[in-house]
Amino acid sequence: MYDVIIIGAGPAGLTASIYLRRNKKKVLLIDALGYGGQIINTKRIDNYPATPGIDGFTFATNIYNQAKDLGAEFAMETVTNIINKDDYKEVITKDNTYKAKTIIIATGAKNRHLNLPNEKDLIGKGLSFCATCDGNFYKDMDVAVVGGGRVAIDDAIYLSNICNKVYLIHRNDTLKADKEEIDTLRSKDNVEIILNSNIKELIANNNLEAIKLDNNKELKVNGLFIAIGQVPNNDIFKDLIDLDEYGYIKSDENCTTNIKGIFVAGDTRTKELRQLVTATSDGAIAATKCINYLNN
Amino acid sequence: MIKEIENNNFNEVRESKGYAFVDFNATWCGPCRMLSPIMEEIAKSNTVYAVDVDLNDELATEFNVNAIPCVILFKDGKEYKRSVGLKTKEELEGMID
Repeated sequence: MYDVIIIGAGPAGLTASIYLRRNKKKVLLIDALGYGGQIINTKRIDNYPATPGIDGFTFATNIYNQAKDLGAEFAMETVTNIINKDDYKEVITKDNTYKAKTIIIATGAKNRHLNLPNEKDLIGKGLSFCATCDGNFYKDMDVAVVGGGRVAIDDAIYLSNICNKVYLIHRNDTLKADKEEIDTLRSKDNVEIILNSNIKELIANNNLEAIKLDNNKELKVNGLFIAIGQVPNNDIFKDLIDLDEYGYIKSDENCTTNIKGIFVAGDTRTKELRQLVTATSDGAIAATKCINYLNN
Repeated sequence: MIKEIENNNFNEVRESKGYAFVDFNATWCGPCRMLSPIMEEIAKSNTVYAVDVDLNDELATEFNVNAIPCVILFKDGKEYKRSVGLKTKEELEGMID
C-alpha cells in the first residue's frame, strides 16, 4: 500500500513527489510516457525563476533525478481506471493494480488538434506539434504555424531562423504573448502574420503541399506546425471525478476534488494560468493537502 | 539492447528477418530522448535499432522522415508500419500483428 500514487510525472506530479518524500511518505509516480510531460518539447525556458535559458528536457530530468534521489518510485505504465474504496484507492494499469491511501491526479494536457479530416494521416508528413523537434527538416522551405499564443509565436520565431518563409495563422486579431516576443516576431522579415483566418483544408499528395484558408486562399507550404493549445486528458476519471465543461478537473487553488483523498495538480485542473511555475506550485499544494489528510 | 546505426550498417536492417524497430531520433529533440528508455524496454524482447538523423541524413531522406521521434517497424527488411511522436510501449509494440 502506497501513501500516495501520483498519476502523471510532469512538473506538477514530480514536484508533489519531492514534497511527499521529504515527509517520508511512500510514493509511486505512474506515467506511460516517461517523465517530464509537455515541457520536454520546449527548447528554452525563460519564464521560470533561477534557471533562465534551460531546455525542457534538462529541466524535467533535474526534477526527476531530485525525486528519484529522495526515494520516489516510478512505473512506466498506462493508467486505465481509479477506484475509490472505503478506506483506500485502487489505481488500475494495463498490467497491475496498485493500492494507495491517496491519489494525486497530475495528468496534464495534450496537444489540441485542428480536427481536419486528413490531419492524423499527415502527422510526420508535413504536420508537426514540435517546432524544435522538426524545424530542421524544413530548412529553406516555406512553412506555416497555426495559433496565436506564446507557443505559436515562439515556434514562428524559431522557424524564421531556419525556413525560407513562415506564415503565422491565427483565428482572431489578438496575439497573446509577452510584448517582447511579439516585437521579435514582427521584426522578422520572412514572417507573414495572417489574422482572423482559419485553416479549412490540408492539401496533400502523400506529404503536405498546401493549406487552404477559410477565404479560399491557398498557401503552398511543406510544413504546418500546430500550436493551438491543449486539451485535458481526463476521460478515465469522469465517472468518479467532477469535470468542467472542457474536461478539466473541477478544483481551485486548494487542489482538492469532489472525492476525499483524491487531489489534483497542474494543467489538468480548472485554472486561469497554465504555466510551469503554477504547475510546480500546484504540486507543492496538493502534496501538502495530501500530507494533512494522511496525518489525520 | 539497442543497436546504433553507424558506418553504413543499415544493411543489417534491410537483410533482417521478422520484425525490427528502427527509432529515428536526434540528441537535441526532447521527446526523442524521452522515448529512448521506452525503446530500451521494447528492446528487451524485440530487435531495436536507433538512427541519429544528424549523422544519417541520407536514411532520413530515404525513408521520408520529417518529424521525430519516428519509429518505423520493419518486417523482413521492408517498412511495415510507422509511428510519429512520443508513444507508449504498448502503442509501439501494438504495431506488431
